[in-house]
Amino acid sequence: MRIGLDVSSIQHLRLRDYAVRFVFGGIVTVLTGLIARRYGPGVAGLFLAFPAIFPAGATLIEKQQREKKRRVGLDGTSRGRVVAGIDAIGAAMGTLGLIAFALLAWRFLPSHSSPAILTIAGLAWLAISVLAWLIRKVIKKSNAARRRKVT
Amino acid sequence: MDELIFRFLIGGTLVSAFALIGDAVRPKSFAGLFGAAPSIALATLGLTVATEGRDYAAIEARSMIAGAIAFFVYALIVSKVMIRYKPPALVATSELMLVWLATAFGLWFVWVR
Repeated sequence: MRIGLDVSSIQHLRLRDYAVRFVFGGIVTVLTGLIARRYGPGVAGLFLAFPAIFPAGATLIEKQQREKKRRVGLDGTSRGRVVAGIDAIGAAMGTLGLIAFALLAWRFLPSHSSPAILTIAGLAWLAISVLAWLIRKVIKKSNAARRRKVT
Repeated sequence: MDELIFRFLIGGTLVSAFALIGDAVRPKSFAGLFGAAPSIALATLGLTVATEGRDYAAIEARSMIAGAIAFFVYALIVSKVMIRYKPPALVATSELMLVWLATAFGLWFVWVR
């Protein structure tokens, strides 16, 4: 399947779905600041990679897929959960980019311009994440082809 | 207090922006990348540099490596559990948060501290 944009899926989202993610994101950012004040930057830094909105996102995907199947008269419970699992595989690939982001920020923030480093680290996150996703896709494809050859 | 409100607004905005991109891109496994976007990190590190300085922010970034490795382990386990056993997403993702906590603090204890 090709990478692309599907704006119609955004139109199905309700204001409540956006609000939940905004509030969760805001709360975790505030908590990270409070943890840094109380326990220092070493502990607070862990929470910069906290999967804060992951449960909300996975629940939303499960619900969207379930409703999509129900519209055509099917029970989409199982499908919704599998799709949430597939989304989690993508998140795992994204965390490889997150590790690269953190490494760059750690090594270069003290000695270089912070807006430049944060921009480069953000771009590195995107590049590494997409590369990891593509490599996984190629490996998966070649494994499937090998299995087909055996059978 | 003003700083906390500012943190809340900037964190909420960045997290929502990345989530919105994730909602719009296809296929689903690719959209999942945006579930691990550095939204909180961008909000926090930018503010930390401004208030506490670059060295302080670099210490946070170093610990973030452990948090990100923990996120990797967490996301892989969530995907395996969701695809194989198909539990409700909220139950699996919330209960398995213990995996993130244990991995992140374990790494912090043996490596970062």
